[in-house]
Amino acid sequence: MSAGGTLDRRLVVADLLKDRDRLMVVTGLGSPSYDVMAAGDHDLNFYLWAAMGSAAMVGLGLAQAQPDRPVLVVTGDGEQLMGFGALATIALRKPRNLSIVILDNGHFGETGMQPSHAGQGIEFARVAEAMGYPKVDVVTELQGVEPLRRRVHACESLNLSVVKISAVNMPRALPPRDGVYVKNRFRLVLGHKPA
Amino acid sequence: MVDSPALPTQGWQRDVFDVLKAANVRHIVYVPDAGHSTAIRLAEADEEIRSVVLTTEEEGIGYLAGAWLGGERGALLMQSSGVGNCINTLALQTCTRFPLLMVVTMRGDWAEFNQWQNPMGQATEASLKLMGVLTWRADDPKDVAPLLRGAATMAFDGDSACAVLLGQRLIGEKEWVK
Repeated sequence: MSAGGTLDRRLVVADLLKDRDRLMVVTGLGSPSYDVMAAGDHDLNFYLWAAMGSAAMVGLGLAQAQPDRPVLVVTGDGEQLMGFGALATIALRKPRNLSIVILDNGHFGETGMQPSHAGQGIEFARVAEAMGYPKVDVVTELQGVEPLRRRVHACESLNLSVVKISAVNMPRALPPRDGVYVKNRFRLVLGHKPA
Repeated sequence: MVDSPALPTQGWQRDVFDVLKAANVRHIVYVPDAGHSTAIRLAEADEEIRSVVLTTEEEGIGYLAGAWLGGERGALLMQSSGVGNCINTLALQTCTRFPLLMVVTMRGDWAEFNQWQNPMGQATEASLKLMGVLTWRADDPKDVAPLLRGAATMAFDGDSACAVLLGQRLIGEKEWVK
């Protein structure tokens, strides 16, 4: 049994987003969106509020359209479980500039902390290894975040990291819910004006 | 590898790809269907287009949202049964209004041998409309290119979700006994 871990999700995400520069970030609905918002709103953040299971695929599309910029997907174990097949789709493409970080507390935090599949023995890291992800790791200590941050920016290979966080709901930091606004400000940074 | 027949140089199957290419589509994401096989092979062979095979259709909605965030156009090819898989994820298009162009080959529509295809086939167009997707139907080969061209205009110039349904009368009866 490996029901999550002990890391503070807000500290992990704040460290991960330090000196973010050209980094583009996609967040899975629920707590990962709040964690990224708590680290500081940014024009190059795309927050999902629905479409559960889609965060990694949004990241894949973005990484393939912008191959020269690093793309980071920050999501939770529950969100990624709903996009389980997406891990296989991404494994076939292997974009060098895509990193998937799964904040794994082993629970469905948004709905009452029911134990998730990840909390009952399904290890994303082993799944990703079986699928041929070129770089897979499990972060259980805060010191593991800085090497991960460097990998995200290095764009040397597709990588998937499972960060074992504690199953505690933090105060919500709500990102903007106006999806058109979030989309337009993101695209504007890349030089695309609204029609 | 399995040998494939030569690609057609004309016909509605070819039109699907040619219209997408002319619309500057750079990403073709799909769950395979026989009716899309020509477009899929042409896309896989085109160096300017990224082809992405999906495990389930709703993955394509997330993918195309991401590609558009990055400034590029794409299209999602699937069979009508996959429309059911997309329903919840279509909220991503409604709430961010990115161009979503879908080309859907129909089952359970006409001359269907397998009645298990009928429930979703009969509900496909109504389901799309319920979720705010604009739809057109092609049952005649000559309608495929103009309908898809028009749908691409309304998707990419109007930030809309648009689906062109390719009817079973167009595709032809599936042969079950050979």
